[in-house]
Amino acid sequence: MPEIKDLVKGLAEAHGRTRESLIPILQGVIAHENYISDEAMTEIARELDISAAQVYGTATFYSFLDTQPRGKYVIRVCKTITCAMKGKSLIIQELEDLLKIKLGETTPNRKFSLLETNCLGWCHKGPAMLINDEAYTELTPEKVREIINEYIRK
Amino acid sequence: MSYTQLKRVDLIFDTEATTKDILQTAWSKTNEQIVNELLESGLKGRGGAGFPTAMKWKFTSEQPEKERFVICNADEGEPGTFKDREILFKVPQKVFGGMAVCAKVIGATQGFVYLRGEYRFLLKELQKQLDDFHGILKDLGINFSISIVMGSGAYICGEESALFESMEGKRGEPRNKPPYPTIAGFRSKPTVINNVETLVYAFMITKHGAKKFKDLGTADSRGSKVFSISGDTPKAGIYELELGMTVEQFVEEFGDGDTKAVQVGGASGFCVPRKKFKDTIIGFEGVPTGGSMMLFNSSRSMYNVLHNYLEFFEEESCGQCTPCRVGCQQLMKGIEAVKKGKKHAAYLEQLMKLSQTMKITAKCGLGQSVANSFSSIVENFKEEMIY
Ligand SMILES: Cc1cc2nc3c(=O)[nH]c(=O)nc-3n(C[C@H](O)[C@H](O)[C@H](O)COP(=O)(O)O)c2cc1C
Ligand code: SF4
Ligand code: FES
Repeated sequence: MPEIKDLVKGLAEAHGRTRESLIPILQGVIAHENYISDEAMTEIARELDISAAQVYGTATFYSFLDTQPRGKYVIRVCKTITCAMKGKSLIIQELEDLLKIKLGETTPNRKFSLLETNCLGWCHKGPAMLINDEAYTELTPEKVREIINEYIRK
Repeated sequence: MSYTQLKRVDLIFDTEATTKDILQTAWSKTNEQIVNELLESGLKGRGGAGFPTAMKWKFTSEQPEKERFVICNADEGEPGTFKDREILFKVPQKVFGGMAVCAKVIGATQGFVYLRGEYRFLLKELQKQLDDFHGILKDLGINFSISIVMGSGAYICGEESALFESMEGKRGEPRNKPPYPTIAGFRSKPTVINNVETLVYAFMITKHGAKKFKDLGTADSRGSKVFSISGDTPKAGIYELELGMTVEQFVEEFGDGDTKAVQVGGASGFCVPRKKFKDTIIGFEGVPTGGSMMLFNSSRSMYNVLHNYLEFFEEESCGQCTPCRVGCQQLMKGIEAVKKGKKHAAYLEQLMKLSQTMKITAKCGLGQSVANSFSSIVENFKEEMIY
């Protein structure tokens, strides 16, 4: 996979080849590839001259550093207490119906992944979700339909 | 119109004086003056643990090792907390300003903001504000610069030593303490790590002097604080209030008329039931809080609330030490078994003991504080756990 090799090399050049650059590099891979493949991890290990186990150990610790294939748009719905109280289950239901996948799955066209996450810091405006870096708050099933339709058109 | 009207304060979001003015004021003072003012103000950390800010800065400045760092903890992950996001959005320059004043006192030239991954959408604007801020520093001839480091979705990285590990490119696993960050923090160098809000207060105290802050609050809890208010309330949002109110006063202002419990300090804080509203003070003398206040009305099942917290802890535990890794799972399984009638109600006592064991034996604040919400909910809402 020459593209991965080039990507990792570019990131290592931008962030430096020290252990402190590991997480910024992993974040960079996510930004381009939506997940960190085994190839990417071995390549990073080579660039930083550390063991692949260290790269794997670090990557798998962080919930936003996915090591499984994900869609172009990763949807993370908050499931923590106040969002749960304000109806996050209805939001998940709506997303599952719209995308025709279950929680944890990715659409066959690799466009969307649907995940749950913990408190997003929008508790006063729950239910809340992230699509990649973008936050969406005070969700209702209708609002979710509009948002997703916009992404489908993208 | 009741006598309990809570006092609103406007120190954090006030933008009357420019960052440059306040920096100039700070640089006209000696480090000793700044530390003494902070000490006099009584400012305690707003990130949860409540350590006196002046002492933290002083200890760090006294270390033999000369390379020192100042870090702003913007990992805000405690359920029910969202005030740091608002502060970073509205008054980022005051956060940077607080870091610069700290850097002056401790003799640091480099600072970092550790921003949680969930707030990446803030990054672009924050970086722009930071560039402006660096311009101001340059004008004033101050040798200090700040970088923003991004988190990647791990609540535990808000714990200071886990945060250092994460910044060093590792798994966010808390370290043994001591040594404390003032002696060995980021890159094992003396480090001041403060919450976003603490840094803004420190900056404003440098501007106004200690009195304006000290005149607010109580002997143990000086000043005001930014509260994040959510749950069953018609007034969810962010409010800066004087410290020292009782839960009853709080509920009178923010409740929906049917409040049965208030969770003070997030999932790792305490649950205060209605019968204790009157006698419980919100602050270091009563129930401390990093600002999270969640209200529950009588339509809510406290079993579901506790279950949700335990799920949170179980997922966010770094898994490094057994009491917390296994304890969180067992507490969750335990309350499920009692609810389903597979275990007798008396089993709850054993679970309470387990949570107390975690308090004593867990390595960091996460595992140690599970007992706070666990005991306060199980004790006060026992029927709801069983039936
Ligand atoms: C599990 C855990 C999570 C924490 N998360 C945060 C956080 O998100 N933000 C924060 O400022 N402090 C957090 N803290 C507290 C920090 O360890 C540290 O005490 C704080 O940043 C010190 O700043 P202060 O003195 O200004 O409060 C957390 C502590 C624990 C144990
Ligand atoms: S108490 Fe929990 S979060 Fe803290 S070190 Fe132990 S396992 Fe990790
Ligand atoms: S509980 Fe959902 S954003 Fe905090």
